[in-house]
Amino acid sequence: MNHFQLKGLKATRTGFGEGVLEGGRKNNNVVVIGADITASVGLDGFAKAFPERFFSMGIAEQNAMGVAAGFALEGKIPVFATYAVFSALRAADQLRISVCYNNLHVVIGGAHAGISVGPDGATHQALEDLAYVRALPNITVFSPCDATQACKATLSALFEIKGPVYIRFGREAVPDFTPSTLEFIPGKTQVFNEGTDLSIIATGHLVWPAIEASKILSSQGISARVINLHTIKPIDEETIIRAAKETGCILTAEEHQLHGGMGSAVAEVVVKNYPVPMEMIGIDDSFGESGQPDELMKKFGLTAENIALNAAHLLKRKNN
Amino acid sequence: MENSIEHLRNIARSIRIWVIKSLAEAGSGHLGGSLGLADVFTMLYFNVLKHDSQNPAWPGRDRFILSIGHVAPVFYSTLAHAGYFPLEELLTLRKLGSRLQGHPGKEHGLPGIELSAGSLGQGLSVSVGLSLGFRLDGLDNKVYCLLGDGELQEGSVWEAAMAAGHYHLNHLIAIVDRNGLQIDGSTEKVMRLEPLRQKWEAFGWEVTECDGNNMEELSFIFGKLAQGSSKPQVVIAKTVMGKGVSTIEGDYRWHGKAPTRAEAERFIEEILNI
Repeated sequence: MNHFQLKGLKATRTGFGEGVLEGGRKNNNVVVIGADITASVGLDGFAKAFPERFFSMGIAEQNAMGVAAGFALEGKIPVFATYAVFSALRAADQLRISVCYNNLHVVIGGAHAGISVGPDGATHQALEDLAYVRALPNITVFSPCDATQACKATLSALFEIKGPVYIRFGREAVPDFTPSTLEFIPGKTQVFNEGTDLSIIATGHLVWPAIEASKILSSQGISARVINLHTIKPIDEETIIRAAKETGCILTAEEHQLHGGMGSAVAEVVVKNYPVPMEMIGIDDSFGESGQPDELMKKFGLTAENIALNAAHLLKRKNN
Repeated sequence: MENSIEHLRNIARSIRIWVIKSLAEAGSGHLGGSLGLADVFTMLYFNVLKHDSQNPAWPGRDRFILSIGHVAPVFYSTLAHAGYFPLEELLTLRKLGSRLQGHPGKEHGLPGIELSAGSLGQGLSVSVGLSLGFRLDGLDNKVYCLLGDGELQEGSVWEAAMAAGHYHLNHLIAIVDRNGLQIDGSTEKVMRLEPLRQKWEAFGWEVTECDGNNMEELSFIFGKLAQGSSKPQVVIAKTVMGKGVSTIEGDYRWHGKAPTRAEAERFIEEILNI
């Protein structure tokens, strides 16, 4: 088992902002397009450091997405980030045609994803973004598990990936635990805990609770494999198929609708290649609501305890 | 790239004929707007734009962004006449495996396409990004963006117009194909656009109106635009849908229709006799 050192609490949006700032220092072609909530999505650092490369577009996300495409046509490396409900969903058609159909290297940030957005409630909690973006051709989709990984994923999106990239991140400060030495390889999942009885595949904010759940399960004599699916597209089929073969059942956990999300993406791989019993934890076909993030995570079952509970249930199915 | 008005008119005539031929061959597509825009396209590609058909990726070229992808037939016909690819290829329009997609799609490899587009309301935003990119690099390449009048009902066009005005993008030139018609009928009946000049002015643009089917007027207007401005510029080009074929001129039912082979022969005959 990997023993992660908890470095503290830090929002993945902060890691994204640090990645963009570092990218801006490395390469003059990096430009940022803002849609009024610059600081909120972690881009104020870049805007202050490179005002000549920061372009405010106001509260007009459809235009901002097209403007990003225009910059990319001219060889710039544009970053456009706003809340995921606006970047992935309001500007959905601009993302589809101007960015993805043209296969342009635009880095799109989807901030405030998931239920843990908290008191702002359903309108601002993106729970459907992955279902949409992962269906688009040409795009790469990242969903990093902590701030350290968000920074690395951002740098990878800026300088390693060629076409469109969507990076999903959250609002709340969450455990920052991956060591700075842990390499981020696009499309290659990370097995954080080797296990033999079942596999828990988690993404984003749910990776830490998955690790915690594996400890609970371990105390019950259950050996759980924990996989961090930080790249939703292209999906790491090899690791998923290996998990199905070696552990015989898979539990997925995500802060997203069950319909079309990460769990669905995993299921697509499993049913085609090596069908095993699966359970999925996520939002079950409802909108979010107001509340404190921890209250909401509990209400919607996105906790280590509920992951462990579902794991035990899944194991029964596997053994029957 | 100075061409006489008479020469330009001849090119426009041939562009129209090949639009009709390619649409008749395709069996579907947008004839009305394509014929109406033949003069504007001729002016752009044979008298205005800096471009090189033998080196389509030449960095110094002006950029032409076609926001209304549905007038692809006149765009393709113009590109072929300008030497980007052989005229005969126009007859593959809309067919399986063709580089001439129903709406321009770059990934199919046709030279001369800057942007895959066709979902309305997106081209001007991309043009704003391009113009800002050129400015950042200290370059003075011009960006021309062709919009339809019906397209102006898309709110995103006005988001882009606001941004262009805000950033004083004086190397950005928008052209609005003001034929007054859209699929359901008159633009003013479907969703009123007037007063159009005042709308653009209010968004910080310099506005010119002209007869988009009059080659002399187009030549004069684009010559004037070249003198520059401190603002983004828009040309509201009044065109006639179906221009050149008297029986279909101004008939909105020809927005998204292709001629039969027999109709095509008659239409071409008429254009040849003008």
